[in-house]
Amino acid sequence: MHETTAHERVFTGDRRARLDDVLTRYPSRQAALLPALWMVQEARGWVSDDAMAEVAELLALTPAYVKGVVTFYTMYHQHPVGRYFIQVCTTTPCNLCGAEGVVEAFLEHTGCGELGTTSPDGRFTVIEVECLGACGFATPVLINDDFVEDVIPEKVPELLGRYQ
Amino acid sequence: MADQDLVTVTIDGIGVSVPKGTSLLEAAKQAGVLIPHYCYHPGLPVAGVCRMCLVEVEGAPKLQIGCATPVAEGQVVRVNRSPEAQRARQGVLEFLLINHPLDCPICDQAGECELQNYVFQEGQARTRYTPTFAKRFNPVEDFGPDILYVPNRCILCTRCVRFMDHVAGEEVLNVSERGDRAFIGIHPDRELDHTWSGNVVDLCPVGSLLSKDFLHKARAWELDKTPSICTGCSQGCNVNLDGRGHTVVRVRPRPNVEVNRYFMCDLGRLTYRSMNRGDRIEAPLIAKGGQLHAVDWDHALARAADAMRGASGRAVVLASPSSSNEALYLAKRLCEPFDFTGAVRAEQAGEEAPLPGVANLALRGERAPNVTGATILGYTDRFDAAVEAAAGAALVLILDESLEGVSGDTLAKAGTVVYLGTALPEVARAAGLVLPVTDVAEEDGTFVNRDRRAQRYAQAKPGPGMARPAWWVLGELLVELGRGEPFSSATEAFAELAEHESAFHGLSYARLGWGGVVLEERAQAEVTA
Amino acid sequence: MGYPHKPHPKETVVLSECFGDRDARSYDGWIERGGYRALEQALGMDPQDVITEVKESGLRGRGGAGFPAGVKWGFMPKKKSKPHYLCCNADESEPGTFKDREIMRWTPHGLIEGCAITAHAIQAEITYIYIRGEFTEPITIMQQALDEAYERGVLGADAMGTGRQIDMYVHRGAGAYICGEETALMNSIEGKRGNPRIRPPFPAAVGVFGMPTTINNVETLASVPHILTRGAQWYKSLCRSNPKSTGTKLFSVCGHVTKPGNYEVEMGFPMGELIHELAGGMRPGRTLKAVIPGGSSVPLLDREESETCVLDYEGCVEAGTMLGSGGMIVFDDSADMVYQMMRIARFYAHESCAQCTQCREGTAWTVRILQKILRGEGAMTDLDLLLDVGEQMTGKTICVLSDSCAAPVGSAIKKFRGEFEAYITGARQAVAALV
Repeated sequence: MHETTAHERVFTGDRRARLDDVLTRYPSRQAALLPALWMVQEARGWVSDDAMAEVAELLALTPAYVKGVVTFYTMYHQHPVGRYFIQVCTTTPCNLCGAEGVVEAFLEHTGCGELGTTSPDGRFTVIEVECLGACGFATPVLINDDFVEDVIPEKVPELLGRYQ
Repeated sequence: MADQDLVTVTIDGIGVSVPKGTSLLEAAKQAGVLIPHYCYHPGLPVAGVCRMCLVEVEGAPKLQIGCATPVAEGQVVRVNRSPEAQRARQGVLEFLLINHPLDCPICDQAGECELQNYVFQEGQARTRYTPTFAKRFNPVEDFGPDILYVPNRCILCTRCVRFMDHVAGEEVLNVSERGDRAFIGIHPDRELDHTWSGNVVDLCPVGSLLSKDFLHKARAWELDKTPSICTGCSQGCNVNLDGRGHTVVRVRPRPNVEVNRYFMCDLGRLTYRSMNRGDRIEAPLIAKGGQLHAVDWDHALARAADAMRGASGRAVVLASPSSSNEALYLAKRLCEPFDFTGAVRAEQAGEEAPLPGVANLALRGERAPNVTGATILGYTDRFDAAVEAAAGAALVLILDESLEGVSGDTLAKAGTVVYLGTALPEVARAAGLVLPVTDVAEEDGTFVNRDRRAQRYAQAKPGPGMARPAWWVLGELLVELGRGEPFSSATEAFAELAEHESAFHGLSYARLGWGGVVLEERAQAEVTA
Repeated sequence: MGYPHKPHPKETVVLSECFGDRDARSYDGWIERGGYRALEQALGMDPQDVITEVKESGLRGRGGAGFPAGVKWGFMPKKKSKPHYLCCNADESEPGTFKDREIMRWTPHGLIEGCAITAHAIQAEITYIYIRGEFTEPITIMQQALDEAYERGVLGADAMGTGRQIDMYVHRGAGAYICGEETALMNSIEGKRGNPRIRPPFPAAVGVFGMPTTINNVETLASVPHILTRGAQWYKSLCRSNPKSTGTKLFSVCGHVTKPGNYEVEMGFPMGELIHELAGGMRPGRTLKAVIPGGSSVPLLDREESETCVLDYEGCVEAGTMLGSGGMIVFDDSADMVYQMMRIARFYAHESCAQCTQCREGTAWTVRILQKILRGEGAMTDLDLLLDVGEQMTGKTICVLSDSCAAPVGSAIKKFRGEFEAYITGARQAVAALV
């Protein structure tokens, strides 16, 4: 998907300097690809084709190559998402502890209704995610960069209240 | 190779010695055992992903992939004799088919599809994939000027991606997504329009990458394949002409590791079109009362011989750089009583377009197959000077030259003009005699590529009407003039060439085989001396 | 389970000693707790001697395969002719496993110390700590600790004032379970799709950026400083059963237990005690049904098997499963094994990298068959089909992701066949909505 307006470059000023610093850590430019894509997502909320092209140019890769990598890693958003991106773990251990009820509570209280869609107010997108690696703290939920443990359906409304 | 560099292995009971480092898959080929495979291709880096080439290696705890396992001394390998390996192959085939549309009846690849072949060979008769499960579906995508991608048939062997990345050096394709959602993706703003991109269609082991040019034109099993040499440039890529009856429908690369490995460029692929042109000369023509009249060969040859007999002075041969060595040699021989000037146009007709991943392989700027052969046989590339000389020549022999830029006046000033050609350009109508000859698809012959490799091509289809190979026409003229014995085949014409032309000494069609032979430099020295 | 928590008396607390202790996270706090002494000691030793000590301790890889760490290090070229790398595998993504997260959250300097010692032992200048992208908190904590370690001269061009170069960077993953496979991890660091590579060549010969590389799990590396300060003999003595399995191990216990969490015990600890005592046992009125002991990738054990299983590499193999990463998923009698197997298979289908045919197609097919059974549309032949598909997915691919899907599913069919049959015969009500 292309941005409708002309692409405003991501890597200028400080961000460009940060990328240059990242580049010093690796013996190849290509190795900075995952960090660079993280920086794009941090700046824009998602990774557009134009941003991929920019990253490709900076790292001497082709946009096709970059796209192949972006589509491999599920944490890079290929489309715009809500202001708060909510990932609920539903893999086996959490499932045993009622994760599906947590998902339902999020869908209901965010107004998203369906997985992967953004709420009408643009605040939330809810997805199910495979194992977040905190199985002893079922159900863990990742809201943007906030890792929340021990979420139960009853706690969901209060939790969402913190994200305006 | 020294003995210590050879490793001996036994594959399905057949012992074979191969160089150290050879893969089991290649070693098995030497033993005459085909290990079924999809992702492996000798012209590409190994991926090891299709898992079709699993074989049993004695002493190994589990099956090994033949493509990535190097031979080891004394190894005992079982391919067809291993029920476990066979079962694994059946498993792969079943997995590959569960989401496959099974649309062979409308698939261009049918008949030369490795999925179809291996399933037919040893797959299971029925799928166990419940018909209620929906098959994966993705629409057909337009990848470029000549390439369609049918994702539903794709087995994700990644040959196309590896070709573009590692051989063509242009990363336009990728594997997108993962798991069973994966597909071959393309750069959003780019097309698969690299000069060499057509190779991905050949490399695709199934009907997932298709040539639009060939789309639904023919069923693969109905096509005859004839070994030939591409006429697109001086590289001399080995090719097969695939055709049926009077039509060539496509040109595909024929492996020759010394010349083009497994590849050819997209320009070469289009050369088949001129082989099907409709405006061909189909009978010998004699000028009479300002008009050309069709006659039979006896008349035409007698007329030509009459005109030449007793003539003397200068003879000029204007030859196409696509003429065979046989024709070029016999044309020169025919001119022996004369003061001979022969020329071809050897111009840089386009940009050179290399295939970066293969050393010394490019679409050459010189867009003709036999300039080097002509040069070795004494023809010059000073074409314009030859045309000037033609004006006062006793004999002008034209060998399928386009005559572009040559005026009718020039030819009118010559003594006898004999035109041997496939089609009749306007200016050639000034010739007293027009003799129809066959093209590269219609005759046997040889070219010499830019690296002095003499290579054979074979007849793929009959010539139109009364057209005959140029070597036959020129040979018959020599017979008519009492200067030679008739040739019954191109083989004999070449034998005579090899006898008289030092560069070709000791060669024969049998010696050339289908891989060709490089003419030695010493011969060049002798010729120039 | 929250922190701080009081260790259970049966625990042997080594790695988890500072879990819950916020002050241990800072450089100064770590020094106060005896930190970086091991590194100082190691830097004064010949790299080969460090390797020998770790070999002697019997420390085995805690990531899943259980390969002896010292032996692995010994594969690295002794005569260095090109750059060497160390990769710390912090891509902890195996369902049921959450121990590395705690190590990074509470003892970041302990991990840095372990990495630095190992880097010295294998003569690596650069260490990449590959942390899965979802671990936002561990990433922040590790980065802060690294910054501090650089400031305090632990790392950098003159590490600990020895003139040696030891650099260490966090490399953030971006959502791919398979990047926990060591060759996929290397590809991911190189900026590629996380596709596992064919072996050979092995990482010690051709690793990240084509250079000799060692990859170790967080827990393995975090154990190293303790081995150096307290000695190989001490570490070896932490063993309750088979002498080939030594040291302490963090077991992540989750699922249907009343006190889920990480428990550190000596190798050879009885699984029954771990579940019923340390992890608090089942909820009232519930009984133990099954355990998947090594993260979701291994065959499951039924009640009897798990209650008699000894928790070390050999004990688990004897019980017909594997110790794996030590992530134990506990199922009580309320668990629907068919549904949970579908959920496990769905995980693997989601995470398959798409390279190998058997994995790409087999994992997704397994999910579909299980869903069909759950919808009440299954046939008895589907069970044999699942086992057969599973067999085709085992031992035939580049990595073991497809084996990992087949193992739990196959063992569940063998051990809980009745539950599958109940869906097929209609004795059990079909699941209406399937995600």
